[in-house]
Amino acid sequence: MRPLTQCKALLAAVLASAAVVSTSAPAQDRAGERAAMIETIKSHARSAPSAVEGQGIDPAVLATMAKVPRHLFVPEEQRGAAYGDRPLPIGHGQTISQPFIVALMTDLINAGPGDAVLEIGTGSGYQAAVLSPHAAKVYSIEIIPELGQRAAARLAELRYGNVEVKVGDGYYGWPEHAPFDGIVVTAAASHIPPPLVEQLAKGGRMVVPVGAPFATQFLMLVEKRQDGSITTRQLLPVGFVPLRGGGRAR
Amino acid sequence: MRAGRLLPVGLISAATLAYEVLLMRLFSIIQWHQFAYMIISIALLGFGASGTFVALARRPLMQRYPAAFAASAALFGITAIASFAGAERLPFNALEIVWNPRQLGWLAASYALLILPFFFGATCIGLAFSRHPDEIGRVYAFDLIGAGIGALGIVGLLFLVFPTAALRFVAALGFAAAALAASGIARHGRLAAGSLGLAAAVIVVWLPASFTATGPHMSEYKGLRMALEVPNARVVEEQSSPLGLLTVVESPTVPFRYAPGLSLANVQEPPAQLAVFSDGDSITAMTAYGGDPATVAYLGRTAAALPYRLLARPRVLVLGAGGGEQVLLALNAGADNVDAVEVNPQMIELSRNRFASFVGGIFNRPNVNLHLAEARAFAATTGERYDLIQIPLLDSFSAAAAGVQSMHENYTYTVEALRDYLAALRPDGVVAITRWLRVPPRDVLKLLATAIAALEAEGVPEPGRHLALIRSWNTATLVVAKLPFGGEDVAAIRGFAGENFFDISWVPDISASDVNRYNQLDQEYLYEGALALLSPDRADFTERYKFDIAPATDNRPYFFDFFRWRALPELLTLRTQGGAAMLDWGYLILVTTLVQATILSTVLILLPLWFRRRALGRAVPRLRFGLYFLALGLAFLFIEIAFIQRFMLFLGHPLYAVAVVLAGFLAFAGFGSAVAARWKAAVGGGSAVRAITLAVVVIGFLAGTYLIALPSIFERLLALPDAAKIAIALLLIAPLAVFMGMPFPLGLSHVGARSEEFLPWAWGINGCASVLSAILAALLAMHVGFTGVVTIATILYLAAPALLAGSRGSSPDRNRSRTKPSA
Repeated sequence: MRPLTQCKALLAAVLASAAVVSTSAPAQDRAGERAAMIETIKSHARSAPSAVEGQGIDPAVLATMAKVPRHLFVPEEQRGAAYGDRPLPIGHGQTISQPFIVALMTDLINAGPGDAVLEIGTGSGYQAAVLSPHAAKVYSIEIIPELGQRAAARLAELRYGNVEVKVGDGYYGWPEHAPFDGIVVTAAASHIPPPLVEQLAKGGRMVVPVGAPFATQFLMLVEKRQDGSITTRQLLPVGFVPLRGGGRAR
Repeated sequence: MRAGRLLPVGLISAATLAYEVLLMRLFSIIQWHQFAYMIISIALLGFGASGTFVALARRPLMQRYPAAFAASAALFGITAIASFAGAERLPFNALEIVWNPRQLGWLAASYALLILPFFFGATCIGLAFSRHPDEIGRVYAFDLIGAGIGALGIVGLLFLVFPTAALRFVAALGFAAAALAASGIARHGRLAAGSLGLAAAVIVVWLPASFTATGPHMSEYKGLRMALEVPNARVVEEQSSPLGLLTVVESPTVPFRYAPGLSLANVQEPPAQLAVFSDGDSITAMTAYGGDPATVAYLGRTAAALPYRLLARPRVLVLGAGGGEQVLLALNAGADNVDAVEVNPQMIELSRNRFASFVGGIFNRPNVNLHLAEARAFAATTGERYDLIQIPLLDSFSAAAAGVQSMHENYTYTVEALRDYLAALRPDGVVAITRWLRVPPRDVLKLLATAIAALEAEGVPEPGRHLALIRSWNTATLVVAKLPFGGEDVAAIRGFAGENFFDISWVPDISASDVNRYNQLDQEYLYEGALALLSPDRADFTERYKFDIAPATDNRPYFFDFFRWRALPELLTLRTQGGAAMLDWGYLILVTTLVQATILSTVLILLPLWFRRRALGRAVPRLRFGLYFLALGLAFLFIEIAFIQRFMLFLGHPLYAVAVVLAGFLAFAGFGSAVAARWKAAVGGGSAVRAITLAVVVIGFLAGTYLIALPSIFERLLALPDAAKIAIALLLIAPLAVFMGMPFPLGLSHVGARSEEFLPWAWGINGCASVLSAILAALLAMHVGFTGVVTIATILYLAAPALLAGSRGSSPDRNRSRTKPSA
């Protein structure tokens, strides 16, 4: 499993650089700040064993994040803070996730070059932009028209050509393009919509960040096995052992 | 005539206290209820600053007393509205504090604005004390009774009008006090009074609603605001009471589909729903129902449906009816009869009347009875016996939801509560409790520990055989059975869990291979926790766990307090990686507020006192007098707040407890202060110190008696009707409060005889101590419980007279004092 992932990662990295090189000049801006952001993500990842699989976050994901101009995805008044490792408000009660969480989610989705990925909750469009070089196609649905339209325009302008955004109800997924190898659900929900489970390909992965705005509690990973059965895993973004001394109860 | 002269004092005191309660309500709507404590600390800042101001500017103010009082009261009226309108427009975002220190600046700006009305309100009272040094008992009585009426009045008013409308009345009350005081101005007094009266009327009638509307300024991260961002979502009904603001929202384009704990195996879409938001946040759903059980079959695939697998045609009690989801589940799972309990009358109005046809009239069925009551009180007093007591995911009956006094007492999840539920079961009945599952777990482990303690207290030899715990990915349901689970029960539980991809964390004869199958945690905390809590390792496990999961009791009813100091450094270090989500912010805000309040009182009270020490003259032992009023301020509110906490269970409602206990203490203490001079003459033989000593001995005796006797009095009388219980509560409070009202005015007259300059300080110190004490009492109660807080208060009272008695050169008779104000 892992060597294949590595290969996919390598290929994705190549594609990622190709995709981003082809975008416009702003990508060059603030590269130093992005590099520092990547270092923060790496250091967080070293202390978050539960949510990080294998040897740490896929270098291809980090390479992509080092290129996506995050400052162009946040409102003007937030641009100064765009590369801090923190969530930022983007209006309408929504946030752009903390870069570390974006990295974890993209890593967990583990998309390959031929994969179709569905995102519920486009928000600023940043997550879709980070997924873009790692998948064949990213479909993203946003419930709030203003956010969806703005994100679609921004992604088009930055030439993320394989991202398609529509405004609508994410509950039913996007059946025309199903099944999906990966699904990211960033919109809060009391339960996982059954159509999304149905549209997840066998062997596919769904990631749901759970928590309040500005405070991700854990990431939920939903996996559909080859036999169609569903399991979930709750992954903490932090290495925290609730028992003092770290011992297990017997 | 004389009483009329002090009427403005009563009015402004009522307005200031009402404003404090009202601000808590308003901030629960636009922010979160944790901020209620910050309002207390803001009030403190206002009281403290006014004490300093009156002391420094005493002479010029006294020369123009009626004008100064009227101006200050009018400024209260203006700032009561303007400060709130300004504060709600600041771009403060509480959720962002962890990430953005600049938010602290906006918080400070809110403080700066909101301190103003408290400053002006308290200035009026400080002026009155300085103006009438011979009638301190009477001024104090007007102050206390006014405050009592204000506290009770605002609660009543909030049943009639929305909080923003109540704000106008409170401001107008300030102007009314100003108008009354202005009539005493020598020149143009009538003109001033008339125009101030007119201002009061103008505020009530003319002020544009948008000026203080909460809707547009509610935090955009609250559920209601987010729901209304969705296209075509709209508010269809809004109701307000002191219990909270209920907002009903319909969202036809993108339905709510609210169904926590729903199985991943479910394929059905929930039908149309109306969401009911409480104070713009916590949500309960009213589900459309046309009588066809198939349309709501998904409810049978939520974790909370587990007990219906174990029972045939059960008689069900739902504690927390909300929008009726659990009633619908019960009816469709074949319940014979359902009693549903809801604490908020307006929620009942919505689900049983206003939207009755939408919910399919489920609350009007002959086999469904909807009761207006607090959950625990209902369970403790019901004569019925049930097969199932279902406690769903609703915190609507918690004190916190009220926001009137945001102390987080919760009598639903204590050891005694679980014993009450077990007692209300038929022999083979079960209690089922559903909670959100947080990772790492807190609530669920604490619930498990509480259930084990309750079963043991009932004499159950093997509690583990009476427990079953299953979890979905975001909820956990604990089932506690009166009799041990049999083999059939266990098979049914396993079957239900397996079909729905729920994990079993505990069931009799569970083995390690049963757990963590479908919803995998990196460690099966709940199973391991259950094993440890059911073994002799329990104390060690509870001690080593980084969250407080020791069972909650009626003496320390803080189920939702998981905070442990020793986990704080680790969680703060990890705050940018999810550590912040594991912190108990309520507790931290409380501690922060206490620290803030302590610093502010030092700066505002002690520093000026130090600089002005010469003015007070040498005959005044500042430190001892200061400590006397500090001790009284602390002790009075310690007892009052502990009583509010304790009476919540007896009166069956946090709101009744706050209103009855607060008003009872204020009014009877007011009476006590009015008769204090007679007590001094008759019992103290003219000596203030002796009179105070005798009063505190009575206080100590009564407090001690109540500590021992209250639990059994409550237990016996809990079943009485509300009105009788309120009368009994007031009867119990009266003797204690009357004596608690004496030490302050007696102390003031004793001290005032030495230096009238000291009076504003005494007032300021006592005011600060009272407010500090409100925060401190809540913190202490979490650690030492109700009995601990009352014991500390009693010790403070008993020690207080020594601080006055020991003063050098003291003479009990104020007429012999030679020290005159030296300024």
